[in-house]
Amino acid sequence: MPQLPDADTLFAALIEQMAPHITDDTALVGIHTGGAWLAERLHEALGIRHPLGTIDVSFYRDDYAAKGLHPQLRRSDIPFDMEGRSVILVDDVLFTGRTTRAALNELFDYGRPARIDLAVLVDRGERELPIAARFCAHTLAEPLCGKQNLQLEKAENGNLSLRLIDA
Amino acid sequence: MHNPQLNAHGELQHLLSLDGLPRDILTAILDTAEPFTEVAEREIKKLPILRGKSIFNLFFENSTRTRTTFEIAAKRLSADVINLNVATSSTNKGETLLDTVDNLCAMQADMFVVRHASSGAPYLIADHLHSTKRHHIHVINAGDGRHAHPTQGLLDMYTIRHYKKDFTQLVIAIVGDVLHSRVARSQIAALTTLGVPEVRVIGPKTLMPTDLEKLGVRVFHDMREGLRDVDVVMMLRLQNERMNGPLLPSGQEFFKVWGLTPEKLAVARPDAIVMHPGPMNRGVEIDSAVADGAQAVILPQVTFGIAVRMAVMSMLASS
Repeated sequence: MPQLPDADTLFAALIEQMAPHITDDTALVGIHTGGAWLAERLHEALGIRHPLGTIDVSFYRDDYAAKGLHPQLRRSDIPFDMEGRSVILVDDVLFTGRTTRAALNELFDYGRPARIDLAVLVDRGERELPIAARFCAHTLAEPLCGKQNLQLEKAENGNLSLRLIDA
Repeated sequence: MHNPQLNAHGELQHLLSLDGLPRDILTAILDTAEPFTEVAEREIKKLPILRGKSIFNLFFENSTRTRTTFEIAAKRLSADVINLNVATSSTNKGETLLDTVDNLCAMQADMFVVRHASSGAPYLIADHLHSTKRHHIHVINAGDGRHAHPTQGLLDMYTIRHYKKDFTQLVIAIVGDVLHSRVARSQIAALTTLGVPEVRVIGPKTLMPTDLEKLGVRVFHDMREGLRDVDVVMMLRLQNERMNGPLLPSGQEFFKVWGLTPEKLAVARPDAIVMHPGPMNRGVEIDSAVADGAQAVILPQVTFGIAVRMAVMSMLASS
């Protein structure tokens, strides 16, 4: 199993990348669940003016018919006007790109943003769609075994860490 | 025992009645409905979940609200909705119910929403689909005879949970014509399954089925006694067609004894909510002052009904 990078180190690197591009017009949207935790911390660290948005993309997934609904659906919450906004979509791990695709579709149902960028902690490669992150703290050198899930975990004290789970 | 509502994996295959549905399924439907309420606040009120699915509204009995909310729910999930006006359809030319169903299956139906004056009609369709091995087609009971109206019961549960949070601390009264009410039957089944400690039923003896206590409810024949300290008042509709029958005096007399007025509501808890499945008969079972008052949650019920029906449809489609 490859050595997983430290989430806090990656978090600091991500802030460094993003900070020069944050304006008064920037809004953050985290994808449940790991992306939402990450976005919450980025929102604070970057001093984003607009309130934080969160989305659950379950309803927009292309494998909905095969996999069904996740038993714990979260309510999507976009507390700012999407029209004309500059949005940074935040997820913990970028993999096939299908989650990002679903999130893009969902965001557009709230209005027409001026632009959407993608920020992730880790890119694990093996894309199945033409999607790339503008901000990315770490790219895995080697592909993981396809059945393994790389995800962010939140400890009871609020600490974030990366974990590899055999699905 | 085979439960026609569940598939081999214990997932919801059809929604026919709340009676016999396990608590975790009821709770899962309510949980799933929660995020759907948010869709109504978006600029584009549409999710792609049922894209390409055909849902047939088969209403053998009139209903504007239920049919409309099912239609809105299906359309918000991007399904194609076909409303069959059964009064002008082949049934009137002598086609049997199951022949109608077979023909619609041949048109690639994915789901039937059925309302029928005969109790059990949706079961008949579900059995038929099962025995002809068409397991990918789902049935939702939108009200059958005096038997059940499960989505109404579910939206009532959703409304109660929204305002009162914890079912296990509540005293709830169902008031009115329980005898003819499929809504009451669905409500009682769901409330007891969800652990409500005290369900009361209030109404005249002539409109009360015998042996009601066997369902685990307390029966009252006096409004002021029955409503004392309740958290939730669930009114039932008095069907106009019963009014002229032998079971009841006139509408005005019914209102005097059984109508929910501010004075009668005053004996309930001060934060009690008042529900009604609609359509309301103002001045018969409910006073306008209550129907339009601060404790009424009758219009939120309608809004929640859309989210609950979206939840049921999406769960069926993914089972």
